[in-house]
Amino acid sequence: MSFETKEHAKQYWKENLRIMLTLLAVWFAVSYGAGILLVDALNEIRLFGFKLGFWFAQQGSIYTFIVLIFVYVRKMNALDRKYNVHED
Amino acid sequence: MDIQLLTYLLVGASFALYIGIAIWARAGSTSEFYVAGGGIPPVANGMATAADWMSAASWISMAGIISFAGYDGSVYLMGWTGGYVLLALCLAPYLRKFGKFTVPDFIGDRYYSQTARTIAVVCAIFVSFTYVAGQMRGVGVVFSRFLEVPVNTGVIIGMVIVFFYAVLGGMKGITYTQVAQYCVLIFAFMVPAIFISLLMTGNPIPQIGFGGQVSGGEGYLLDKLDGLSTELGFAQYTEGTKPMIDVFFITAALMVGTAGLPHVIVRFFTVPSVAGARRSAGWALIFIAILYTTAPAVAVFARVNMINTINGEDSAGALYSEAPSWIKSWETTGLISWEDKNGDGRMFYAADERNEMKIDRDIMVLANPEIAQLPNWVIALVAAGGLAAALSTAAGLLLVISTSVSHDLLKRNLMPNITDKQELLFARMSAAVAVVVAGYLGINPPGFVAQVVAFAFGLAASSFFPAIILGIFHKRMNKEGALSGMIVGITFTAAYIIYFKFINPAANIPDNWFLGISPEGIGTLGMILNFVVAFAVHKVTGDAPDDVQDVVESIRYPKGAGEASAH
Repeated sequence: MSFETKEHAKQYWKENLRIMLTLLAVWFAVSYGAGILLVDALNEIRLFGFKLGFWFAQQGSIYTFIVLIFVYVRKMNALDRKYNVHED
Repeated sequence: MDIQLLTYLLVGASFALYIGIAIWARAGSTSEFYVAGGGIPPVANGMATAADWMSAASWISMAGIISFAGYDGSVYLMGWTGGYVLLALCLAPYLRKFGKFTVPDFIGDRYYSQTARTIAVVCAIFVSFTYVAGQMRGVGVVFSRFLEVPVNTGVIIGMVIVFFYAVLGGMKGITYTQVAQYCVLIFAFMVPAIFISLLMTGNPIPQIGFGGQVSGGEGYLLDKLDGLSTELGFAQYTEGTKPMIDVFFITAALMVGTAGLPHVIVRFFTVPSVAGARRSAGWALIFIAILYTTAPAVAVFARVNMINTINGEDSAGALYSEAPSWIKSWETTGLISWEDKNGDGRMFYAADERNEMKIDRDIMVLANPEIAQLPNWVIALVAAGGLAAALSTAAGLLLVISTSVSHDLLKRNLMPNITDKQELLFARMSAAVAVVVAGYLGINPPGFVAQVVAFAFGLAASSFFPAIILGIFHKRMNKEGALSGMIVGITFTAAYIIYFKFINPAANIPDNWFLGISPEGIGTLGMILNFVVAFAVHKVTGDAPDDVQDVVESIRYPKGAGEASAH
């Protein structure tokens, strides 16, 4: 066990899951939400030549995915350091 | 210089580069052969993962599919990129910490069961062969069109090249070759896209250009395309025709399938650390997104260009006798054809009875530079790019097949006492056999290659993904639960696909689908079933043993991750 106490291990895992689920909620919202379920409503809004729902489905969701992964990397690296379980 | 000579030069130079890298990066141990010794930097690994992931289908066919499907094509764009978020957040770091070579390794050890390992091996091999046959075929098609050699000769040339660096270099050789192949394929995809974007919208960035104004004209490009589509009897380009539930389920099946594909997961065993595995998934997605965000722009440019060329600017139809040379040169390959139904000597493309054209979707990328009248060297580049995409994916898949045989089947199952040297020899031999089988499938493609792609994703989604997720996030999950979940998931998904694709293809219409979900999207339902069954069976059979639970605890934080190893 690399954690100082069992309590730390539990706490680390809980925070890890919170970060993951928050980011997955955004992941779901931009693709399944904006790109599919709400596409018709969002298509009423224009972003230059794009209908907004169409833009999310073919462009916006992909850009958001990239941002999500790098936010995750940063947050997890910070969390690893906080509990001193990072790699050397 | 003429196109033919330029093409030979560019393709020859790229092949020489790949072989040079293969000789420089030979593998000396099983660890180097399977996971490149776990020493690939995250950025390079991301690039290699991107080349591995983007197949002949992504490179040659995807923009064309979107071009014909419009909004409905979004399922591929979101589906084949969103899976990387799942990989980075839910799978890659934990599997890297687990520190084994393969997906069947994880399933077999986590569920303390040879049966689970065997099911995983069979799925991995099936999924990989499905894919690899398509790649070899892609190599053959590119050769036959651009180098004017018969398709079969093309496949054999491709086999020799892949044989050389996959058998010799293993994962190490493949990874560094894929870095080079990524550069070739992305350059070859972007150059025509940028040229065309400039021509049509005056904007050098295709991602912005296709939402911009038509150059020299009034109004937005997408509005013009929507208008043209309606006029010709098609649905509006930016609106879908598929039911929403099907779009939802197909996207989910592709995302989850991506995250469950063995040749993608194995890429995260090759980086030096857990933090590296997380970062590497991000880099992979950046490199993939460059192509995936450009493809929908190419789709729009190509469609507008094609309609204008065939129907003429005035939509009265262009005279066949004055048709540009690309129409005639692609007619010989059978990818485009014209039948003068009304006898006026003019071509016309439409969705209704006015239509006189048959156009294959692959032409949208392959002939795009010619349609837009780009310089000869850009046209020659397309051949090198398509080949790089096909070869890099084929090599990655062959490695999964050879690893499954030599490591999962022989070392971990049938012949546990072989030495590292013997195992390496078996790995090379199975890679060699796999190349030959893949080549055979490329020359004599079974009629079902296109149909089985749905299979590959459906199986990955309904078998591997839930088993791995539960293995990490539900430490008390036991082998009975995981096994019955996998079996129910696979059986349900396979039965649905086999019924609609093979037994009764005539019934494959939305009215007959369960809840309106097509065979392409059914893997999502299979995945849900897998989870439900696993939970239910676990409830009545008790928890996993304590030592297994301890292992699960230990993969949940990065500290102490060593090099991936066999034991």
